[in-house]
Amino acid sequence: MATLTPAKALAPIGTAGKLFAFALDVIRALFKRPFQLREFLQQSWFIASVTIIPTALVAIPFGAVIALQVGGLIKQFGAESFTGSASVLAVVRNAGPIATALLVAGAGGSAIAADLGARKIREELDAMMVLGIDPIQRLVVPRVLACMLVAVFLNGLVSVVGVAGGYFFNVVLQDGTPGAYLASFTALAQLADIWQGLLKALVFGMIAAIVACYMGMNAGGGPKGVGDAVNQSVVITFLLLFVVNFVMSALYFQLVPQKTGG
Amino acid sequence: MGVEIKIENLTKSFGKDLIWKGVTLTVPAGEICVMLGPSGTGKSVLLKTLIGLLKPNEGSVIIEGVDIANCSEKDLYEIRKLFGVLFQDGAMFGSMNLYDNVAFPLREHTKKSESDIRKIVMEKMDLVGLIGAEYKLPGEISGGMRKRAGLARALVLDPEIVLFDEPDSGLDPVRTSFLNQLIVDLNAQIDATFVIVTHDVNSCRTVPDNIGLLYHKHLAMFGPREMLLSSEEPVVRQFLNAQRVGPIGMSEEKDADELAAESDQELPPLPPIPLQLAPSNGIPRRAQRPPGEWCRLNGITPPPGSFMSQNAGLAPGS
Ligand SMILES: Nc1ncnc2c1ncn2[C@@H]1O[C@H](COP(=O)(O)OP(=O)(O)OP(=O)(O)O)[C@@H](O)[C@H]1O
Ligand SMILES: [Mg+2]
Repeated sequence: MATLTPAKALAPIGTAGKLFAFALDVIRALFKRPFQLREFLQQSWFIASVTIIPTALVAIPFGAVIALQVGGLIKQFGAESFTGSASVLAVVRNAGPIATALLVAGAGGSAIAADLGARKIREELDAMMVLGIDPIQRLVVPRVLACMLVAVFLNGLVSVVGVAGGYFFNVVLQDGTPGAYLASFTALAQLADIWQGLLKALVFGMIAAIVACYMGMNAGGGPKGVGDAVNQSVVITFLLLFVVNFVMSALYFQLVPQKTGG
Repeated sequence: MGVEIKIENLTKSFGKDLIWKGVTLTVPAGEICVMLGPSGTGKSVLLKTLIGLLKPNEGSVIIEGVDIANCSEKDLYEIRKLFGVLFQDGAMFGSMNLYDNVAFPLREHTKKSESDIRKIVMEKMDLVGLIGAEYKLPGEISGGMRKRAGLARALVLDPEIVLFDEPDSGLDPVRTSFLNQLIVDLNAQIDATFVIVTHDVNSCRTVPDNIGLLYHKHLAMFGPREMLLSSEEPVVRQFLNAQRVGPIGMSEEKDADELAAESDQELPPLPPIPLQLAPSNGIPRRAQRPPGEWCRLNGITPPPGSFMSQNAGLAPGS
C-alpha cells in the first residue's frame, strides 16, 4: 500500500514551497489597509495570556540550571569573577530565545492553528472570502504581528527571570558574592547581545505564527484534520526555529566583534 | 436584475480523484435553478467553483464577462460582491453573535451608519424568522437556525446571484416549505439568479425554473423543470421520483447483476407534474412560465393529472 512514489517523496518540498508562498502573501498583506487593530490587540492579549505563566515557570529552572552548570564549570577554571557574566550570556543569547520559541510555538502557535483550523472546517474562511474579505489580511496578519510582539516580551521576561534565577542560585545557594555577580555582567556581555536576542525573538514569533496560520488554514477532513494541523504546526515550527536559531547565532558571531573579557 | 452564469466544459478533480467532467450549462439571469445529485457527486464542489473558492482543472465560469475560473485575485474579490452564498452549515462566524454576523458585510463594504445597518439587519432577521435570537452566538442555536441566519447574511448586500448549499437539509418539513416559499418570494422581490443545491425531491419538483442533475461524474441533464419531470431518461426519472428501480444504487451505480434482476420489473408510470410554487402575493415572477408551456412547445404530452395541484406527484410523506 504505502509505496514511496516520486510524488509522495517530493511532497515535503511542495509543502515548503507553499509555505514560503504563503509567507510572501502575508508580507504583502502586511501593507494593506485598513489595519485590523482590534484583532491585533485581542490576539496579543490572547497569546500573552496563554504563554506568560508557562514561560515564567520554564524560565526559573532554565536560569537555575544554567547557573548551576556554568557556576560549577567556572569554579573548575577558577574564574569565579565571570559567573554573572557567563550566565547572562547564556540566558540572553540562547536560553531566552529558545525558551521563547518553545512557548510561542507550543502554546501560542498551537492555539492559533486550532482556532484557524476550526474556522476552516466550519467554512468560516470560505464565507469570509465570499464576502470579499481576504482572511490573510483579516486574520493572519494581526496574529503574526501579535506573535512577534508577544515573543519580544517573552524574551525579555525569560532574560529577566533567568538572570534573577541565576543570581538566586549563585548568591544564595553557591555562596557567590552579590557584588561580584552583578559587577561581572558587563565583562563579557554587551548591548549587542540584547539586540540579537530581540531580533531572534521577533523572527521566531513570525515563523511560529506563519506556520501555525498556514497549517490551520489548510486543515482538512473534519475535526481530525484540525488535530493533525495543530500537531504538525508545532513540530514544523520547532524544527524551523532550531535551525534558524543556529543560523542566526552563527551569523551573530561572524558579524559582531566579541568582547574578550578582562 | 440578476446575472447570467455561463459554465463551459468544466472539469474538476482532486489529485487523481475525478469529481465531474465536461459540465456545460447556462443559468439564465433571474431564474431559479436547482442542482440535484446523489451524495458525494460534487454539488458543493460545483458551487465552490462558481465563486472561485476552488479552481477547476479545465473550463470556464463566465459572469458579467469575467472568467471566474481564470481571473486575478483582485477581479475575483470584486466579482464576489455580486454573490450571496448560503453554506451547507451556515458558516456563521463563531466569535460573533447573529446580529454582528448579519451586519458584518454591511460594516465591511458600505459606509452606512449603525442605525441604517440596524434597520437592514432587523429586516433580514425578520424575513428568516430569527427575531429574538439576534444576540445568540452561533454555537448556541440549532443547525436550522444557523442556516436561516446564514441566509440572512447572504441577502444583506442585495446580491445579484444567490447560491444555496442544501438550504433544506436539517430543517423540519414545515420549515422546509416555508423556506421554499421564501425562496420564491425572494426571487420575485430581488430578481436575482438563484442556484440551489438540494437532495429534497419535493422542493426540486415545485420550486425551480430549471433543474440540473449531476450523476456519475458528469452533468446527466440540465433544462427546464418540465423537461426533466417529463423525461423518460432512466437516471433522471429514478432520481426525480425517488425510486429504487433504476441505474442508481446505494453506492453510486448498480452492478450488472442488480440491473439484470430489475430488468423484468415494470417501471412505475411517471407521476404528474405539479404546479410551480407561485409567490405568496400572487404576482407572477419575471422568470415564471405558464404551466405546461414547455411541454406544449416541445410537443410532449405531460403525464396525466399534471398541472392540477402543487402536491401532484410528491413523494409520500409530505
Ligand atoms: N477540498 C477537497 N479536497 C479533496 N476532496 C474533496 C474536497 N472537497 C470535496 N472533495 C471530494 O469531492 C467529492 C464531492 O464532494 P461534495 O461535498 O461536493 O459532495 P456533495 O455532492 O455536496 O455531497 P452532499 O450532498 O453529501 O453534500 C467527495 O468525494 C469529496 O470527498
Ligand atoms: Mg454538499
